[in-house]
Amino acid sequence: MTGMSETTYRDALRQALDDAMGADSTIVVLGEEVGRYGGAYGVTKGLIERHGADRVIDAPISEAAIVGAAVGAAMTGLRPVAELMYVDFLGLAMDQLANQAAKIRYMFGGQVGVPMVLRTQGGTGRSAGAQHSQSLEAWSVHTPGLRVAMPATVSDAYHLLRHALTLPDPVVFIEHKALYTRKGGLDPAAPDAPWGRAVVRRPGRNVTLVAYSRMVHSALEAAAALAEAGIEAEVIDLRTLNPLDMETVAASVTRTGRAVVVSEACLTGGVAAEIAARIQEDCFDWLEEPVIRVAGEDVPIPVSPGLEAASIPGAPLIADAVRMMLP
Amino acid sequence: MPAPTDRLPFELYRTMCRIRAFEERVGELFVRQETAGSMLHLSIGEEGAAAGIGSAMRAGDSFTTHHRGHGIFLARGGQPDRMMAEIAGKRTGYCRGKGGSMHIADMGLGHLGANAIVGGGIPAVVGAGLSYRRLKKDAVSVAFFGDGAMQQGILYESMNMAALWRLPVLFVCINNQYGMGTRIDRASANLAWDLRARSFGLEAENADGVDVMEVRGAAERLLAAAREGRPGFLAVSCYRFYGHARMDKSPYRTPEEEEEGRARDPIARLRADLLAGDAREAELDTIVEAAGREMDAAVDFAVAAPRPEPGELFEDVYGPDQPAPLPVRRRIETILGGGVAR
Repeated sequence: MTGMSETTYRDALRQALDDAMGADSTIVVLGEEVGRYGGAYGVTKGLIERHGADRVIDAPISEAAIVGAAVGAAMTGLRPVAELMYVDFLGLAMDQLANQAAKIRYMFGGQVGVPMVLRTQGGTGRSAGAQHSQSLEAWSVHTPGLRVAMPATVSDAYHLLRHALTLPDPVVFIEHKALYTRKGGLDPAAPDAPWGRAVVRRPGRNVTLVAYSRMVHSALEAAAALAEAGIEAEVIDLRTLNPLDMETVAASVTRTGRAVVVSEACLTGGVAAEIAARIQEDCFDWLEEPVIRVAGEDVPIPVSPGLEAASIPGAPLIADAVRMMLP
Repeated sequence: MPAPTDRLPFELYRTMCRIRAFEERVGELFVRQETAGSMLHLSIGEEGAAAGIGSAMRAGDSFTTHHRGHGIFLARGGQPDRMMAEIAGKRTGYCRGKGGSMHIADMGLGHLGANAIVGGGIPAVVGAGLSYRRLKKDAVSVAFFGDGAMQQGILYESMNMAALWRLPVLFVCINNQYGMGTRIDRASANLAWDLRARSFGLEAENADGVDVMEVRGAAERLLAAAREGRPGFLAVSCYRFYGHARMDKSPYRTPEEEEEGRARDPIARLRADLLAGDAREAELDTIVEAAGREMDAAVDFAVAAPRPEPGELFEDVYGPDQPAPLPVRRRIETILGGGVAR
């Protein structure tokens, strides 16, 4: 398939898996409900019919062993895609991810890599509660040896996953549950940018909004509202958190002099803090105001829809933060 | 030329003597402060498990080990000099000095890695089993772990998967009676561990680690079954002659118990068996002496081996040609010089 067409984030992910499995016979998908059920969010629907039960493997509810088996498979010639149904389940699998997958190449002196992708999804938006709604990317970003991708768009859902399935190292690929039905354009032959590069989703000269995953869309919404008041916000989509493209961020902030980092994850100790610290280091002489974080509240995610929505940043808060920063 | 089966006990004797000589020298190396750190866990007393199972595995088979895995690696062909260099944190070690005793590995010999997390290396053999089936490779993957891992949940997740998917996998518990300082009866509510394995549908056997031929026989049967898609579990009972690690004087057990335990010596046992047959003392002494000389040479190699270069700190965090971490000093210089620190 060539040329641009409209699809959804979910279908783009499925197409990425399907195309990658067609191109590389060592790719296997392993996880809970990935086969006959088609994935808890339908991402892997139909793959078992197309690629067979020995490549789309329904696993028991054993998150640690799913990730651990993927590690062993990746060391012995396969390229597994392990699916963790919710990123919250990382608590069960963290030893295999952080102590095994992330460290094997280094500990063993470079003699073997762990080319696996851990697909998972996080975030709020479905009243799924405190154990099914978190944004835990900081756990992976704080672990050397792991790459971390968090696509915001349909095109990136496809292209970042395809690229992750060519890398020599473990990739934690975190989708957002509220984006699966989002529509957008996809050209399988043309990624928005190379892996590891951030993309300016909207240009502006007054302030830089740095975001990733679903918060890119909230930042864009805020930018649209601010534009009505004559404030031009530049919106940067990081796309990957490791590698982290500070060059694109710094190029923007040194023009605008103001930076707001937007993240759905709770504020304290989060990735937004890391990005804010780097902006401060890289752009200190250009900053007109403190680097501001607009992040999730430091609370567990509640179920009740109003409370859930209030626990994460929305476009109004992002826009208000910008208004407060400007003279 | 005698038939191979006639030579097998001698080969096993040689392997066990090499393991013991290696471990004794690792201990000495530590006292001489030539090892990288103090995280050394000797397998003296457990040679029967390593030699019995290691000798029954084939080229192409793979394995993971726990933190007390020197003997297993030697039994699978690990070169003592490169092992000793790794334990000393040297550049010519198996992992270029970055892994050390607890993270030694060699893909060429199918060693998928020693592990410092109790049970951490177990599920990797499930993945290896998936690979062998998918890639149509005639190989078995063996997870070696201690009795401490019998209380870890990951073992049972892995056993279930291996049995469910009929993978070419063998789980081996080297039961040296102690998880660090806690004896098995203080850690495990039921010591009939083979029943745990059977309840998952695994083939299961117990073997007495003091009798290397018994271990070897059980390993042959279980490896053959695993190769046919009937995964198994083997519990080998032995006694950890010394402390958990080099600094441990074992205050949690009595001298009487230790004396009794050390009498369960697989090397002394096989030697007595061989002498009761047609072996001569001098023949066996020659094996012991050769093992000692080999391991002395390994020590010399390790001591003389170069340390890693400082820049190697940043190598192999990620694959070749991938973005690598920026050293903190360079970050600081870049930032204060007005640049952008990637």
